[in-house]
Amino acid sequence: MAMDAVATTSTRKLDTAALRQSKIAGVILILLALVTALVFAQVDGGDAVFRLSRPTDPWVLPDLVVPAGPFNWIAVAILTFLGVRQWLSKTGKGTSLALGIGFAVLIAAFLVWATAGKAFSLTGMLQATVVRAVPIAMGGLAGVLSERVAVVNIGIEGILLSGAFTGALIGSLLGNWVGLIAAILVGGMFGFILAALVVTYRVDQIIAGVVINLFVLGLTSYVSSQVFSEYRFLNNAPVFRAISIPVLGDIPVIGPMFFQQNIFVYGALIMVAAATYYLFYTKHGLHARSVGEHPQAADTLGINVYRVRYIHVIMGGMVAGFGGAFLTLGLVGRFDDNMTNGRGFIGLAAMIFGRWHPVGALMAALIFGFADSLQQKMALLQTPIPSEFLAMAPYIATIVVVAGIVGRSRMPAADGKPYIKE
Amino acid sequence: MSEPAETPTEKLAHQLLQKAAPSRTVYEDLIIVPVFAIFVALVLGGLVMLATNVSIDTIGRSYIALLTGSVGSLGAISETLTAATPLVLAGLGVAMGFRAGFFNIGAEGQVLMGGMAAVIVGFSFGGLPIYIHLPMALLAGVLVGGLYAGIAGWLRAATGAHEVISTIMLNLISFRLVDYLLKVPFIQKAGRSDPISNAVLDSATLPRLLDWVDPNMRVHAGVFLMLFMVWFCYWLLFKTTIGFEFRASGENPDAARFAGMRSGLIVVLVMALAGALAGLAGANQVLGVLGRASPGFSAGIGFNAISVALLGRSHPVGVLIAGLLFGALEAGGRQMQVDAGVSLDLIGIVQSLIIAFIAAPLLVRAVFPWGFRGKAASRKE
Repeated sequence: MAMDAVATTSTRKLDTAALRQSKIAGVILILLALVTALVFAQVDGGDAVFRLSRPTDPWVLPDLVVPAGPFNWIAVAILTFLGVRQWLSKTGKGTSLALGIGFAVLIAAFLVWATAGKAFSLTGMLQATVVRAVPIAMGGLAGVLSERVAVVNIGIEGILLSGAFTGALIGSLLGNWVGLIAAILVGGMFGFILAALVVTYRVDQIIAGVVINLFVLGLTSYVSSQVFSEYRFLNNAPVFRAISIPVLGDIPVIGPMFFQQNIFVYGALIMVAAATYYLFYTKHGLHARSVGEHPQAADTLGINVYRVRYIHVIMGGMVAGFGGAFLTLGLVGRFDDNMTNGRGFIGLAAMIFGRWHPVGALMAALIFGFADSLQQKMALLQTPIPSEFLAMAPYIATIVVVAGIVGRSRMPAADGKPYIKE
Repeated sequence: MSEPAETPTEKLAHQLLQKAAPSRTVYEDLIIVPVFAIFVALVLGGLVMLATNVSIDTIGRSYIALLTGSVGSLGAISETLTAATPLVLAGLGVAMGFRAGFFNIGAEGQVLMGGMAAVIVGFSFGGLPIYIHLPMALLAGVLVGGLYAGIAGWLRAATGAHEVISTIMLNLISFRLVDYLLKVPFIQKAGRSDPISNAVLDSATLPRLLDWVDPNMRVHAGVFLMLFMVWFCYWLLFKTTIGFEFRASGENPDAARFAGMRSGLIVVLVMALAGALAGLAGANQVLGVLGRASPGFSAGIGFNAISVALLGRSHPVGVLIAGLLFGALEAGGRQMQVDAGVSLDLIGIVQSLIIAFIAAPLLVRAVFPWGFRGKAASRKE
């Protein structure tokens, strides 16, 4: 009886939380509808032309021509419908889906409004999206790997930076492949240092991460101002060229996004897939997750908690080293002070946003990458909205989404806690 | 585990000794470990210089410059205090968050927002006397910093949004917002095309303390603000009910909730307080040192504040000492760059190593097994 009562109360509590979230989502959606109606739907005719392929492509898709006014009024209708539906919903179900669709519709309306009367290469923007998402996704994946074994890794920012630096230095001396391998190894080394500090010496995990960030930032900036400025050939690495995959690369839109990129993009996609399979479908992945959820229990089952933590934090470091090398060996070939510029932290946000799942982290990274490239392209289209506000939009959206849907997302139960073997 | 087993008598003796002389390990942790940490960090910094082809002679000169540039003269001390003040203020804010179990990465953004508010009030309202205008500008920084951070606190309390995400996002938003604000005609300095604000009026400038000795001495009245805030945070944390609630919810949130503390309110209050302190740090910078705002005027104060809070073990007095140490390293580092031509970035390496060693007493003991007798205590940690 008592158990039943407890169960009912907690279900009811969950229901009210879901209902409240649903109501909040409804209000947000109706506000979005208002914004769309008052701003984006106010276009004086004109069609928005989206270019999907270049004339030289093997299969040429015709341009997508959207009549701006009617399209955006339809968007207003969809947003209003979704908002009212969420507001009136009695079950509170489908909140995430409705918000997701709502934001997608809003972005579409915004794009159409900004492009009305002009032409704009949609495929180019999507391609840039994937490129910009790579370091963030790798930062997020590194975070997933170490937080799944309950080690909080604030040091990802620093490890990305170390990968970028090593890639530039070793790549300049010994070629880009050696540079890439060195960057991965250096990332792994910092993963090892973090693991040693945290697991063996039981330093507070946040402190250890901050130390790594500071140390790498100090060391790389020091070497770049003390050495690179004098010996420029040390900071001039060959960049990996894009490799087009036959047939797949010729598919319109999808091809340029995923199959006409350099090895970093392919590597990132493969790693996300491999990490997902490893963590959720193999014995060792299960062991790793058990260490993150309940280290005592894992220990009793004969799993070496310390070793599992070391291995995964090192793997995370290697992934972050790879992601960092992308910034130099995959893009510009040159290292600049603090060139990661907070991408590691955005990666952490992507990890939390993606609910500690590799694919989730990748999706979140793609959203950040999309917003980043959108802002760049919009600056070219000369919209009346200042570009700073466009640049802010993804961050505001992240806050709204994290507050609205993800809410109390659950991290691995032992996350951040050291384990002391009895 | 690998140490030889103690006989029961030895064990008892150990326990008794510890009771009789509890200050032993405290003394080691508070004096010997930090001294060792600074020493080892400087040695390793020297090795980094050696590795990058800096001569021994120059290394010697740079460390002498580091010392003279931080505490070697009245001017040097003035520079140290000037650099330490915003670090201590923002560091106190981050430390308050840590105490309540709240990881506030957003100090950088709060410094920026508070600084912008202080600048705007500081160049508007001409004709007011200093004893009205200056407090107004400072208060603007405090309020805006507190409100900005309060957003993250409110989101956490109302929706459970993870504060690490929301503070990072608020940082990124504030960078863009400041870039935008600096180009608004009413804020941007007339006749300039680059983003820079109007200059703060004299009536809103924190008065310099030692300019009667030498007009170049930049230490300003913000130092008193800093000391007051150290005392205030100490008093709040350890002498008031709300401070007890902060600490209780940091130590054990569930227990605090069951004891009837309103966790939501505490989160919002702590965050607002942290933001207010960071905002004050920003106001202190623009009203005391810079005199105007330009892009990135926070110059990493908010991120260094995290280090300062960690190094000070989230204790107000510890934060003061850590902030002074970081300020000294910064001021000395600038002298080092001028005198010996060694890049200021070396200081970042030394700072990170100091934190690493201080945060890991076990590591220092492993590196230097001699000189430490308080093994029993370290094993208990």
